[in-house]
Amino acid sequence: MAISVQKEDFDLGQAVRGLVGERTDIGALVTFTGLVRDTADGTLEALELEHYPAMTEKALKEIEAQAQERWNLSACLIIHRVGKLEPGDQIMMVATGSAHRRDAFEAAEFLMDFLKSRAPFWKKEHTASGADWVDARESDEEALERWQR
Amino acid sequence: MTLDILYFAWVRERVGTHKETVETSAATVADLLAELQSREERYALAFSDLSAVRVSVDQVLADFDASLENAREVAIFPPMTGG
Repeated sequence: MAISVQKEDFDLGQAVRGLVGERTDIGALVTFTGLVRDTADGTLEALELEHYPAMTEKALKEIEAQAQERWNLSACLIIHRVGKLEPGDQIMMVATGSAHRRDAFEAAEFLMDFLKSRAPFWKKEHTASGADWVDARESDEEALERWQR
Repeated sequence: MTLDILYFAWVRERVGTHKETVETSAATVADLLAELQSREERYALAFSDLSAVRVSVDQVLADFDASLENAREVAIFPPMTGG
């Protein structure tokens, strides 16, 4: 189980190799990578990610602990970048490993849904015409509700 | 009591500072926000629509009616947009 909030880019392959290592109990490994998407009109110059350092790790550990409670996870990794990124850059990744695929798939989706709106990160889009904070979406809250069952 | 208050994203920009320390006797988060709003225009503007604002007490998400007893750090920010 590992969490990293960092300015630097990450290497998916390296991260996964580090997570699995020499273990032989993991039969399913799911990874998700979030990338900086350009605006519809193609004018995004940068995406700035601000966070609340003292709370970030606490929140991510809590989210991870909830995933551990619900599914049989053998391994879990969250990497989230902060600072100024460019279109196409990697923003974050989650990796979940379990004996069977269902746990790994569901836990990865759960982690992503919670990361979207319960981890203290804020995105700001910089374009030629100025800079604007990204609004939270109603659908992000709805995504959380389906895990309440 | 002495309380550290942190602001993030557009709340930080509207208030004009990232962090400040205040002396307050506010019992709840809502009391604290009201106190700040009555203090200066920039707070009144930043917190004018509370449905657009989220808060944490000692790094844990909280409701506006959360108690500030023994609290050391309150943060005020817009809904999170991670991932």
